[in-house]
Amino acid sequence: MSDLSMPRLQHILASGAVAAVGVWITYISYTQQPSEAFLFPRLIATIFVVLAIWTFVKACLGWTKVGTGITLRQFTSLLPGLIVALVYIFWAAKGLGFYTATAIAFFILLSLYDPNSHSEVRSWVKRVIITACFMVVMYLLFATLLKVYTPREIFF
Amino acid sequence: MEFIFYFGDVFTPINFGLLLIGTIGGLILGATPGLSPTMAVALLIPFTFQLEAAQGLILLGAAYTSTVAGGAVSAILLKIPGAPANIATTLDGHTMARNGEGAKALQLSFLASAVGGVFGVLLLIFLTPVLAKWALAFGPSHLFWLAILGVTVIGSLDSKSVVKGLLSGCIGLWLATIGFDDIMGAQRFIFHPALGGGINIIAALIGLFAIPQVITMFAKGRIASGAEVISVEKHSVVDAMKEIMRNKRAMSIGTITGSIIGLIPGVGGQIAGLVAYDQSKKFSPHRDKFGTGHPEGVIAAESANNAMVGPSLVPLLTLSIPGSPTAAVLLGGLLIHGIFPGTDLFDNHPDVAWTFINSMLIGQILMCIFGLYVAGFAAKVARVPQSIMAAVVMGLAVFGSYSVQSSMGDVYVMASLGVMMYFLERFGFSAAPLVLGLILGPIAEANFIQGSMIANATDGMTPYFLGGPLNIFLIAVVIASILYSAYMELRNRRYTSKEEIMA
Repeated sequence: MSDLSMPRLQHILASGAVAAVGVWITYISYTQQPSEAFLFPRLIATIFVVLAIWTFVKACLGWTKVGTGITLRQFTSLLPGLIVALVYIFWAAKGLGFYTATAIAFFILLSLYDPNSHSEVRSWVKRVIITACFMVVMYLLFATLLKVYTPREIFF
Repeated sequence: MEFIFYFGDVFTPINFGLLLIGTIGGLILGATPGLSPTMAVALLIPFTFQLEAAQGLILLGAAYTSTVAGGAVSAILLKIPGAPANIATTLDGHTMARNGEGAKALQLSFLASAVGGVFGVLLLIFLTPVLAKWALAFGPSHLFWLAILGVTVIGSLDSKSVVKGLLSGCIGLWLATIGFDDIMGAQRFIFHPALGGGINIIAALIGLFAIPQVITMFAKGRIASGAEVISVEKHSVVDAMKEIMRNKRAMSIGTITGSIIGLIPGVGGQIAGLVAYDQSKKFSPHRDKFGTGHPEGVIAAESANNAMVGPSLVPLLTLSIPGSPTAAVLLGGLLIHGIFPGTDLFDNHPDVAWTFINSMLIGQILMCIFGLYVAGFAAKVARVPQSIMAAVVMGLAVFGSYSVQSSMGDVYVMASLGVMMYFLERFGFSAAPLVLGLILGPIAEANFIQGSMIANATDGMTPYFLGGPLNIFLIAVVIASILYSAYMELRNRRYTSKEEIMA
């Protein structure tokens, strides 16, 4: 597939997903009861679905002019960070304990994207120190100053 | 002149302390590339929960003002605009720094920001009460159209595609309907227990503005900040003041342009800075010097982007229509403190409203004083690698959204909306109209339901919502803003096509 056709396919997929959400919420708005509760959502959903289908048709015809899409290089760069962040948010923060999970996720993200060498002990020590400093600041800010009680779970 | 009675409130130890923290913190955050004013203010909101309404707003207002001005530091010393509002500053500011006039460029930018900013806040002080009194005449149908106007104006002006901007606004309005409806108590679009209470505005704001920035930093991969900070020589502040006085034309153009653009909902600091720079160049006898490190360029751009801050709050405080994405986040800050801006803000909460506005006036002066001294340090902060910034913002976003209601559901909502917004932005959708839809959705729905009840008891829906001079005027503005944006989009497209053919 050529470089030119990739953004078009991406636009079709993205606008198709938005249009599918539009159709789905319109269906729900017009079928769920009590109908009075869905009066306003119906109004919104109708405009939503019209605009979304219009955008989808434009994408299919190759008329979309706005939005650059994502290159393969950008996607492969962001993917590891995104996976770590999502595992941290949707599982580790609750499963391991907020502070433990944050420290681990922070350290992994820092290591993944740090331009410094991964073979030097000095850069690893630096990452550990930055993580420790960040965690101390977060603990002082949220636990001590704002009195936010975070899930402790397995660790802390 | 009611505002004078509340000036003393700004100088209570806690209020003034918060003003200092917001100003210095904002300067540092603003100087950090990748941290936009909107994102900085969104991340700060959780820290205001334990504060009183006026105190929280002082912190947020000071951060808003200073992040816009602080962005000039990295624009001048690193050629990386701290925020979109500072793009025009890089054109002459960085060249001045390269020519060995970095300190002079910084001093000019902070002095010009202060002059523009003070003028903008004075406009806010004198225009807001007048418009607020006028807004008292608004009934449910007018408030409904105003909410729709807020979404459509920002949707059509803030986005490069009118249709995608309006679609973003619709997504926001739909998201606002998730949860239990206020009248029947019926469940709507609840597909996960995390959505039971609806979408929390603050968690959504953090997700929509912070997470896409984090993922953008991830997408750049393992890169060093790469920016080399130019060393700053010594330069007299008095000489910089004299330079400002010599460039009254650029100063006036920047201040007036910025103030007018600030009043138009949806048009942000980026446009203010670029338009002021362009106009200043057109009216200057030294137009050939622009782009070569000319002080007029820095003065015009920086006075404009700070002059728009005050006026951008006028539609917010009077009509509940935020004039900029950052103003939309401030609206979220007001709502969580139980303060609804608009018709009765100055009657019910004059202390909060005036203390906040007065603090912005003092904040502009403090921003200038600290800016002149903190600039060197802020430039060093600007060299923080993206890997650290991404991890720090991610951690703050998770803790901040959790602390709203001590709920993991809010964290899930924050993350889901953030990831969704990143991908939508890559395809030309914009976060600002979506946020506006989310914030103004409940206002639109409440007034729509109330209006339809009145309409059913009186003349019917069509005359109630579509009749009357004020309704017709508001509908006309909605349509005009959409048509104007569509026209501009088509014109820009034709212009770009012609340029491509010429090339």
